Amino acid sequence: MPSKLIENTMRVNRLPHIWCPGCGHGILMRDVAQAIDNIGLDPDKVVIVSGIGCSSRAAGYMNYNTLHTTHGRAIAFATGVKLANPELTVIVITGDGDATAIGGNHLIHACRRNIDLTVVVFNNNIYGMTGGQYSPTTPHMEKGTTAPYGNIDYNFDIPKLAESAGATYTARGTAYHAQQMTKLIENGIRHHGFSLIEGLSVCPTYYGRKNKKGSTIDMYNWQKDNCIDVKKAANMSAEELEGKIIIGEMSVADKPEYTDMYMKIIEKCGGNK
Amino acid sequence: MSKKLVIHSAWCKGCGICAAFCPKNALEIVKSKVHLKDDALCIKCGLCELRCPDYAIYVEKEEE
Repeated sequence: MPSKLIENTMRVNRLPHIWCPGCGHGILMRDVAQAIDNIGLDPDKVVIVSGIGCSSRAAGYMNYNTLHTTHGRAIAFATGVKLANPELTVIVITGDGDATAIGGNHLIHACRRNIDLTVVVFNNNIYGMTGGQYSPTTPHMEKGTTAPYGNIDYNFDIPKLAESAGATYTARGTAYHAQQMTKLIENGIRHHGFSLIEGLSVCPTYYGRKNKKGSTIDMYNWQKDNCIDVKKAANMSAEELEGKIIIGEMSVADKPEYTDMYMKIIEKCGGNK
Repeated sequence: MSKKLVIHSAWCKGCGICAAFCPKNALEIVKSKVHLKDDALCIKCGLCELRCPDYAIYVEKEEE
């Protein structure tokens, strides 16, 4: 028998999931479920939208209204769901490739509009489902099947990208720091506006093996040792922060939300009577 | 209220995250499945539950 949380939030007959042993996505999906449960949202009023890729399998497992869409277009579908039914809580689960490569434009324009969506990016630094090609978040000079001598691209900093595009809540957590990640997702859902939470996952099968990162446990230990909370990082020098990853709440801003403004336009023009 | 560690073995993929990060070293992987070495070692902190990617281990609260 699975735990009460899993029974209440997942389609138990679809489990165990297809993710590889040690994949961080399972931990991150539990964090999303825990955050929804902590807030006490009515499951009928929650919509999970996903695109394509390892991460996007989550929509098949979570027991809410779910929408598994085309590659990169999860945010576009979610925008439609939210505009048609602003009372719904719309959560997008997407991957690093789905969100920032194939769906890069959808991401920045949803940020710009400040529409009340919560986007959780399961970032495993690689395209896992298709065999380990490098993605926009594969770190510089790390390897993928399509970068056997090292990736010469520089990687995106997803929360920074979202913030500069106009997102009003940005954060980064990891699979290892599960409690913090849950809290960040919870804050993101509560935030009225566009929220982006990057969840650093672990891909032992492709990213780990290609880059000789050691065992699954070594990869989680890496997150434990190299991720620094944003508050602690504020008192550290650039030298001390070399090679480290900053986690926690990156930015929170207060700005009018898109569907609110849209409803005002409808009212002004005499609609909804 | 008492607490009990439950292992849902059918879902365990033997990745070993729970055993590696158990603060009391109470878990072990035998033949690709997690096992509790000794119930007396387990403090029911639930860290294994938080980090199990497969929802195969958790702490259950029992009403008395």
